[in-house]
Order: sequence, then C-alpha cells, then structure tokens
Amino acid sequence: MTTHHNLFALKSFVAMVALLMTVLLVVPASAGAQAAAADPLTGKLVITGASTLAPLIAEIGKRFESFHPAVRIDVQTGGSSRGVSDARQGLADIGMVSRSMKDDERDLAAFPVARDGVCIILHEENPVRALTDEQIVAIYTGKITNWNAVGWTDAPITVVTKAEGRSTLEVFLRYFTLKNVDVKAHVVIGDNEQGVKTVAGNRNAIGYVSIGTAEYDAAHGVPIQLLPIKGIAASTENVRKGIFPLSRSLHLVTRTALSGLAKAFIEYAQSKAVHDLINQQYFVPLAD
Amino acid sequence: MTLSISNTLSRWPTDRLLLWLLRSTAVVAGAIVLLIVGFLVVEALPVLRHVGIARFFADPSWHPAEGLYNLTPMLWGTLFAMVGSVLIATPLGILSAVFCHYYAPPVVTRLYRKLIELLAGIPSVVYGFWGLVVLVPLIGSIHPPGPSLLAGIIILTIMILPTIALMADASLANVPPQYVRGAAALGLSRWATIRRVVLPAAKSGLFTGVILETGRAIGETMAILMVCGNVVQTPHSLFDPMRTLTANIALEMAYAFGDHRAALFVSGLVLMGMIVALVGAADWISRGRIYG
Repeated sequence: MTTHHNLFALKSFVAMVALLMTVLLVVPASAGAQAAAADPLTGKLVITGASTLAPLIAEIGKRFESFHPAVRIDVQTGGSSRGVSDARQGLADIGMVSRSMKDDERDLAAFPVARDGVCIILHEENPVRALTDEQIVAIYTGKITNWNAVGWTDAPITVVTKAEGRSTLEVFLRYFTLKNVDVKAHVVIGDNEQGVKTVAGNRNAIGYVSIGTAEYDAAHGVPIQLLPIKGIAASTENVRKGIFPLSRSLHLVTRTALSGLAKAFIEYAQSKAVHDLINQQYFVPLAD
Repeated sequence: MTLSISNTLSRWPTDRLLLWLLRSTAVVAGAIVLLIVGFLVVEALPVLRHVGIARFFADPSWHPAEGLYNLTPMLWGTLFAMVGSVLIATPLGILSAVFCHYYAPPVVTRLYRKLIELLAGIPSVVYGFWGLVVLVPLIGSIHPPGPSLLAGIIILTIMILPTIALMADASLANVPPQYVRGAAALGLSRWATIRRVVLPAAKSGLFTGVILETGRAIGETMAILMVCGNVVQTPHSLFDPMRTLTANIALEMAYAFGDHRAALFVSGLVLMGMIVALVGAADWISRGRIYG
C-alpha cells in the first residue's frame, strides 16, 4: 500500500466508520455484505510465482475484486522459485509456490490453498488393476511397449502424455523422477478432457490426468479406470488427506506476518467461498 | 480532367472525400498484416536473439522447458498433412463440381450444393470431436495407436473439400455458355468439351480455389490438435502420430512463459513464412499463365 492510499484512507476514515457502524447496526451478520457496503480494503496486491497456481489465483482475485472494488490484484507468473524470491525481497506481496516448502524457506509464512493430484488412467476393459512405479516408468520411457509384459494380452501400449508446460506433466515427471526428453509417447494431449477421451477411445492406452477430471468422468459412465499408486486409491478424498503420492500442495507465501489486504486475500483464498473455483481448475480444495 | 471539374462544381468535395476514405480503408487492411508480423517479430525477438535462428532447425528435439527448440519435425508435419489433404480434396472437389454441372439431374445438383454449403458451415471443433471419438479409434483398430498423420489428412480433406468444391462450382458456372454450345456444334463429346474447353476456361477460378484450400489446410488447428497425436516427430508412415505448427501453438500457449512463449511466437513466424511462400509460389505459377 502506498502513502497515497494511506492519505486517502485517513481522509475518508471518519465517514467510513460512521457508515460501518450503521451497517453493523442494521445488518449484524454477513461479512460479504459488510465489505461491499463499506469497504475498508483498498490498494494493489502483487502476486507472482508458479504458473500452475496463477490461473486459479487470478480467478480468485477477480472475485475478490468484485467484492472490494477499490482493490487491484495483479497476478504474474514466473515459477515457484520466483514466487519465493519475490516474496522474500518484497517485490511481490504474495508468492505462489506449487510444491511443498523446502527447509531453507522457513523464513516465509506458507498458506496452503489447494492440492493438485494426478492419477494414471486406463481403459475400463483393461484387466490390469495396478502397476508398480517401476512398471509405469518403464512404460513411459519405452522399455515396456506391450501389455503382455505387465500381465495382459499381446497388445501394443499407447502412451498418452501431456504437452510441455502443463502442471500435471510437472507433477508426473517429478514424482517418477523422469525428464520430459526421456518420455516416449504416442499421443500428446492438451487438456484433461482430451486425455480422458483419448484413453476412453483406445483400449490399449495409458495416460495421466488431474484426479478431479478422472473421478468425475469415471463416475459419469466414461469407460476409464483410475489406477492406485503404491496401493493407495486415486481419489480426491485421498488427495485432500495428503496421502495420495502423486499429488502436491499449492501454497501462497508471504515474508512478514499477515496484515491488511494480504491477510484478507489469503483468508478469502482459503475460505469455502472459492471451492467452486478450485474445482473448476481441477484442483482439490483442502479439508474445511 | 472531368474529375477536377466535378470537384470545383460541387459544393462538397465528394470525390476527394471518397478517395481519402478508400485510401484509409486500404491502409487499415494493409496495416493489420504488418502489425501482426511486427507483433510476432517483437514477441519472438528475445529468444531469437539469445538462442539464434539456426537452433530452431538444428536442435536435437523440441523440449522448450529444457532449452531445445527444433521446429523442423512440426514443419514437416504441417507440410505432409497439407499436401496429403490437398492432393485428395482437389480432384474430389473439382470432379464433383463437373459432375453436378454437366452430368447430374438438376434435383441432385441442388441437393449437392446445399450439402456442400452445410459441410462448409460446420465448425472445425466438431470435425475434431468426431475424429477423436470415431475416426481415431477406427484407425487404431487397424494400426495402433490411432491418432496419426492419416487421421489428420482425412479430417483436413473433409474440411477443405467444401472450399474447393464451391470454388470449382462457381468457376464452372462462369464459363460462357457459348463456349459449350460451340463445342457441341463442333460435335465434341461431353468429356472432350469439359477437358479441352471448360476446364481451361475455368482454370483461374480453380487455381484460386486450390490456393484457398491450401491456406485453410495450413492454418487449421483445433481439429488437427485433436486427431494427430501431437507427438513431435517427423512421421515416417501414415500411421505415425505427428504435430503441426498450429497445434504446437494452441497446445502449449496457455502454460508457456519466458523463452518457451517466445519460441511459440517463432512457430507463428515460421507459419507466416510458409503462407508467404505459398502466396509467392502461387504468384509465380500463375504469372501470365493462369490469370493472363
């Protein structure tokens, strides 16, 4: 917040307090209505960091702005490390980090907003019900190319992977410690729905998509199955609990103790009011 | 000099006004192309400057996250899909138009024309969706994996067919009827009339149709993205998956930043270069031969 805004806030302080009192007397509850009627929040919030989180935070920011017309949320991407360094140096008010916090990042306060889970999917008619991590790596690096090597009939495996830059790809590669150069794919897809359609249309395909999408489609009759990882079932429930291995938490980080606008925004981003936005972006909201 | 006279006579300089209006509309139309090219260059410049243009054709692969930027497989992919679909769609479109004009009963002609117009009106994403759920599994059952150059060529053929068919239809309709009557008076057979009289007379329209369909084949994105598999590799057979330059941009743009984003603008520049080459080639071929 700049001095200009402080001056402005000072000038209108008396009027605002009076208005606030009236509102409080008339409408005792509803924080949203209160904020809309007399808004103590003004200024600009710069948020930088992970491109995974950026679309979600931008959406939350838009909704936040609609409740607080005097607030501007500026979201910029540049990767988790930029989020950390910008928040640390004060270049940004809030950083976005799409992974667990490292030990040397304890100086920053981290606030989880959602989790990102990825699951391996096969066609429903594929009798394979589980694959070990080693088998999945071997399939994706082209060492296993036929389903008979993992206990099914003689059929070539169609490997479906994601296009460069997608967060699902990032989660997948990090968990299996693969490099994208090593992945030998037959189909490269863009969004999750395309991945589900590709696997649903090919009995020999293996792919990975966001858990939210896969679970929704499987529940609505699309012929796919979700493979467990290390014996843990792929479900949004397990992602939320944090026990599903192929997942990560998405954080907002700040350098100093929370106050003012940043506090209000982070509290809003962690509230139930944005769960629909989180689901829209195929992420998993945290437990309440 | 009538122009200047009418100007001095009228109270309003209508002609001069019109002239400047026309000039400005022409400038707008031309400026848009230049602006787009300028924008592409500006956006692509950072990566061109510190990576160099040569590496876009010499790197071992396309992995922008790891600093590898080879575009050539996608250039080949675009070319193969374009050439394949144009080779199939052109004779199909022209011959069906010939059939309609000179062989089919009027009822069939009317129905056919309506159907082709309908085909032209279907959005490309619908073709893509149909390709993804019907065509790709079908090809996959013949020769896995399914998403392939062949699927791309088939989808593109269906998509560009209306362009060439309607253009051929229009240019055949423009052939002066006295040519045909003259040919009939000379006792030429119907096929000889078409081959020696009608087609040469209609060639400029047909040629324009081919240019238009080729442009559409190069530029098509959504449907190709859905059926081609998008693996960055030079396809060695019809059943190999491949990625076109347009699909590359659409697929990665949403999540690209920094050099990766700039590299996608280089893809755009290369596409622009292909279109320029196409227009140039068309110009060269047609100079004095087709439109003369």
